[in-house]
Amino acid sequence: MTKKPLKRAVRQNLIGWSFLSIWVIGFLIFTMIPLFTSLYYSMSKVVLSGEGIQVTFVWFDNYKQIFSSSEGFNFLQSVSDFAIEILFKVPIITVFAIIIAVMLNQDMKGRGFFRAIYFLPVIIASGPVINQLVYQGAATIPLIEEMGILDFINNTFTEALARPIANIFSELIVILWFSGVQILLFIAALQKIDRATYEAAMIDGAGPWESFWKITIPALKSMVLVSVIFTIINLATFSENDAIQHIKTNMFALETGFGFSSAIAWLYFIALAIILGLSFLLFGAFAKERGRR
Amino acid sequence: MKVATKQKIKHILLGKTLKDGLIGKTALYLLLLIIGFVYLYPMIKMFTYSIKDLSDLVDPTVDWIPTKLYLDNYKTSWIVLNYGKTLLFSLSVTLVPAFLQTVTTSITGYALAKFKVKGKAILFGIILMTYLVPSQVYMIPRFVLFDKFGILDSAWAIIFPATFGQGLSSAIFILIFYQFFRMQPHALDESAEIDGANSYQIFMKIGVPLALPAYLTAFLFSFVWYWNETYISSLFLGSDLFTLQLKLLNFSSQFSLAEGLSQQAVNEAIKYSATILIILPVLLVYVIMQKWFVEGIDRTGVTGE
Repeated sequence: MTKKPLKRAVRQNLIGWSFLSIWVIGFLIFTMIPLFTSLYYSMSKVVLSGEGIQVTFVWFDNYKQIFSSSEGFNFLQSVSDFAIEILFKVPIITVFAIIIAVMLNQDMKGRGFFRAIYFLPVIIASGPVINQLVYQGAATIPLIEEMGILDFINNTFTEALARPIANIFSELIVILWFSGVQILLFIAALQKIDRATYEAAMIDGAGPWESFWKITIPALKSMVLVSVIFTIINLATFSENDAIQHIKTNMFALETGFGFSSAIAWLYFIALAIILGLSFLLFGAFAKERGRR
Repeated sequence: MKVATKQKIKHILLGKTLKDGLIGKTALYLLLLIIGFVYLYPMIKMFTYSIKDLSDLVDPTVDWIPTKLYLDNYKTSWIVLNYGKTLLFSLSVTLVPAFLQTVTTSITGYALAKFKVKGKAILFGIILMTYLVPSQVYMIPRFVLFDKFGILDSAWAIIFPATFGQGLSSAIFILIFYQFFRMQPHALDESAEIDGANSYQIFMKIGVPLALPAYLTAFLFSFVWYWNETYISSLFLGSDLFTLQLKLLNFSSQFSLAEGLSQQAVNEAIKYSATILIILPVLLVYVIMQKWFVEGIDRTGVTGE
């Protein structure tokens, strides 16, 4: 007599979870437990010694230290710089990506060639490479310096605002380099528009200008949020981002250590969550307002 | 007659919708070329500088085209980077994790696409969360954990998380595979099941072969992202192991450590040549596999909602 086979639903569950088990085990060991440990560290004094690490719970001392020490001040400064940069970079990248995507979506020869060019930076843009380009002054158009834009910025804005804005201009081209994936996202969205829609609009007397604003742009709205989120995460985890550099340098600094570093990492995460939340509110509503379906 | 020719000329120049006329087309190509040039300007400048010798570098009249092809910069940076050896190590901490990460994320994506498992919605939420939470938050405990395992300062510290689908952007790859496997016709699986295949056989014999394009795309992206990553690797590999990117990051100090170069001073031409040497491997991959990168995003259906 054979064993009675399990019910289909139960079997599906068992087999499904057996496929998922590798990821789940990995998630528990490498992400979830570290996540909670990190929260614990952020409220502890962590001392490294020959025998191992000693962890003493200190409540919110690390967080207080962020707002009262020079290391903490430097970190907060870099986070606020990052927020200001996001405010400028995300629109620049998004608009640029849309313009290029619309151009590349035309019927033309050499589309593949141009697409390859505009995607190229995604392949090579690592932290050290961009670092070299920015440091050697190859990251921007020489015109910007010649026209005195940087001086103008330094003279017009307060110091806290001028620095991040000047940064944007001094690495303008490599900022555009962060739009490779987004261009492809927008092209994909554009290709879903039925050609017949344009023809119908033309028959109804709409010119190219109206067609662009009434057909093309609404079709892109749903992709804007995806693109914005991708851009923010991409910039936030970019290895040369000052804020995350602080997290690493403070790990082994004499004054601070693992506890303090964990605390600023969490603060960074909270700041990022706020930025992401605001973008969701802003662009989520935008996508819904006139987007398809 | 005259009116007709005029009409014809107007039609050729402006076209039906402005976009298909001669003027529109020319403007489009011109714009794309100019923006493309500006876009690639840093790379072009990097290349021309990398083949300049010292006299060309200081000569303000020599801007775009060097007076002669000077390859000694490449020789110098080759020595500083210890290119052959470092390249091998770099490949070992990029190809291996990229491959293993692709395998694991594909299995995960497959399960989410094909099986009705309990708690799928929660799992999706968690996977998305792992994408949104910056790795800096759990990096320090991971560091402590790897120290306990004794795999700190070795390639294993990069390979292990990737093996378990916790590597670089793993969540994105899971979503890519999820979308791709979901598009596979269910009838195929059913007919195989009727023929007596079990779920693992169906995955290996039907799921994987049909998803090879997704595998290639995921692997290529994973490879490139691992290649360009420096933040985590510099922490986990310690101060003695260097990938090419990490050598570039510390180029000046590496330069002073390199033997036989003590007479020379580091200059921008040498740094640029080193940068080119570092992007060369991924550039080659891109030139050969370009289609898979660019079309891959489309084909895998990441863009579907």
